[in-house]
Amino acid sequence: MRNIVLGNEAVAQGAIDAGISGVYAYPGTPSTEITEYIQRKKDEKYLDIHANWSANEKTAMEAALGMSYSGKRAMAVMKHVGLNVAMDAFMNMAIAGVNGGLVVVVADDPSMHSSQNEQDSRYLANFARIPIVEPSNQQEAYDMIRHAFNLSEQLQLPVLLRLVTRLSHSRSLVTFNKPRKQKKINFLEDIKRFQLIPARAKPQYDKLIKKQKRIRTFSEESPFNKLVISKDTSLGIIASGIAYNYLMENFQEGCRYSCLKVSQYLLPRKQIKYLFDHCEKILVLEEGYPFIEEQLADFFEEDHKVIGRLTGHLNRTGELNPSMVAKALGIKKKKTNKIPDFVTGRPPQLCDGCGHRDTFNALDEIRKIIGDKQIFGDIGCYALGALAPHHTISTLIDMGASITMAKGAADAGVHPAIAIIGDSTFTHSGMTGLLDCINDKSPITLIISDNSAVAMTGGQNSAALAKLKNICLGLGVDPEHLKMIEPLPKNHEENVAIIQKELDYKGVSVIIAQRACVRLPGERKKMIKEILAAQN
Amino acid sequence: MITNIILAGVGGQGILTIAATLDTASLNNALFFKQSEVHGMSQRGGAVESHLRISDGQIYSDLIPMGEADMILGMEPMEVLRYLPFLKKEGWIITEKNPFVNISDYPPMDAIFTKIESYKNHLIIDASAIAKKLGVTKAANMVLLGAASHFIPIKDRALRAAIKSLFQSKSDRMVQLNLKAFDAGKQYVTTMESVLK
Ligand SMILES: Cc1ncc(C[n+]2csc(CCOP(=O)(O)OP(=O)(O)O)c2C)c(N)n1
Ligand code: SF4
Repeated sequence: MRNIVLGNEAVAQGAIDAGISGVYAYPGTPSTEITEYIQRKKDEKYLDIHANWSANEKTAMEAALGMSYSGKRAMAVMKHVGLNVAMDAFMNMAIAGVNGGLVVVVADDPSMHSSQNEQDSRYLANFARIPIVEPSNQQEAYDMIRHAFNLSEQLQLPVLLRLVTRLSHSRSLVTFNKPRKQKKINFLEDIKRFQLIPARAKPQYDKLIKKQKRIRTFSEESPFNKLVISKDTSLGIIASGIAYNYLMENFQEGCRYSCLKVSQYLLPRKQIKYLFDHCEKILVLEEGYPFIEEQLADFFEEDHKVIGRLTGHLNRTGELNPSMVAKALGIKKKKTNKIPDFVTGRPPQLCDGCGHRDTFNALDEIRKIIGDKQIFGDIGCYALGALAPHHTISTLIDMGASITMAKGAADAGVHPAIAIIGDSTFTHSGMTGLLDCINDKSPITLIISDNSAVAMTGGQNSAALAKLKNICLGLGVDPEHLKMIEPLPKNHEENVAIIQKELDYKGVSVIIAQRACVRLPGERKKMIKEILAAQN
Repeated sequence: MITNIILAGVGGQGILTIAATLDTASLNNALFFKQSEVHGMSQRGGAVESHLRISDGQIYSDLIPMGEADMILGMEPMEVLRYLPFLKKEGWIITEKNPFVNISDYPPMDAIFTKIESYKNHLIIDASAIAKKLGVTKAANMVLLGAASHFIPIKDRALRAAIKSLFQSKSDRMVQLNLKAFDAGKQYVTTMESVLK
């Protein structure tokens, strides 16, 4: 039977059928639906799979490792920038190795549809010296997650499965396999490799380096890396992931040139060597950074054999599409219509009645006095405060940076230094920064815009729910300077006055602006209200 | 044979429901499809698009190549213009008539309509009014789908079955209302002989 699923859902169903016992994740576009799907199926089918959200990607990665250490299969899921947060665990578990299969699923966002950058996770997997699999369509996404778990168990290494937005968020028909059994708790007899003191880490690292040859051989023998040879030797093509689709879109009847489809790394040297020996030029098609191209290109740019993004045959940044690939192949372009000049952009906006709006309105009064350079922002729906009509926040770098950048500015003598952060972002990465402020007595005013949800990614449960006050007090915020406000138009004057008063204080103030996201279903809002009432 | 459709609109207008209906209907008709959509930030009142490709054979790209769309189906008249570079020479523009104005620099309506009307194959429908008459303002998207169905190679039966299965979880009433909206859109175009020629 064929099932309609998103690329992300194909990965999720594939992981369930591959016998995982847990998925650990923090939401982030374009990866969110993977975990949401498993949560849904868990409820529908009473699956024995851990699927609750983690506080951030690092806690997710480490919990997945703990499950794998115990002998069961685990998956860690995140968006590309999430892998930066989890990097410490990621690098070191590559050294220690795994026990139960462990696959890290990372969804990259080339063209930055919903992200701060378009970093390519393949570099980070390569940095950790672990295998990568990269499906090119929904069926492969389903099939390859099981393949990735098998690889992980054979090599006793974590494996990275790389997705990109256009596969994550594209629906198609997928045939499912028979599910296989989950694993039982089964400790390794010798657990020393999980103790990364230098004496153990050194031999483990050597082992990892020695494994590289096997990783390469696995790639050369992988059914997902396919070399198709053609008589035309003027060009050879290496196409990875979804770039392969854009190639084939231009050759419906079969590719005119010899082509290597790459869906598993390390790069299959044998097949690439064949292309190099037989073809005059090599065109590399890949979504994201020129990862393959950089490995193959001539450093001195003397022989011009390898062409792609680095040589200007394809756009250097941003996503590919079939039309760009057609151009690189020298296929003549059709004349297309133009977008009329009068068509204007339509950026996203905060919903009507959103509490962030009221918080921004209050801050806008402050901005009139202090100017527009001293409000350090963060990521979430309230990031829209960087755009019209608000233009409230001055900065947005990474999750948690509002607090620590305000601290740095305050340490530099800037006053007032205001930070605004969401509830989920605060528990993801803001708490430690606040501790720094308190220990250092850095005079900042922190506004936690608490809508009791992870709204930007679809309203997931927030780890911060009903905990913010106690967290702040526990970290050492002076109770005199911990204020609660309700961001509503009718409280505008009062809220402005409270913020203004705290700005005069030369220490750490925290103002929690609390009102549930208006987009949440009525039932959820009611539940949140009850939980908060019990706490306050 | 492949049919490429760009669905265009503003977050919250029901573009993805049209897409989901066509997906299910394709499956009902034993056709292949690929349908890429936008999630995340832009769903908050921003421009939203979906690329839908339906075929009796294998489909490679999730994205429609430039100049290859058989149809731009829009819930908003300015939004359809955003995707003109995708439209085939003889492709159809089918759009809701009423603008969704949530930006301060929305262009003049006559400029928009003049541009749409400069394409031979166009259809501007007051789908909201038709839906409102039926008592389901929210089903304007299904009116539009009904109108567009004349030009999409999927059988009505499959489309109606898809609407049923999609709205079943809501209520029987929702199924009936959405089917009615679909039929009204279909009927609206049937009366326009010039269009169907
Ligand atoms: C490291 C990292 N992980 C995830 C994301 C995606 N993301 C950014 S902010 C955010 C959560 C926002 O929640 P909250 O702070 O509560 O603000 P809200 O959207 O609810 O207003 C998410 C999931 C990201 N940009 N970076
Ligand atoms: S989803 Fe919620 S938090 Fe985000 S803009 Fe809408 S109301 Fe505000």
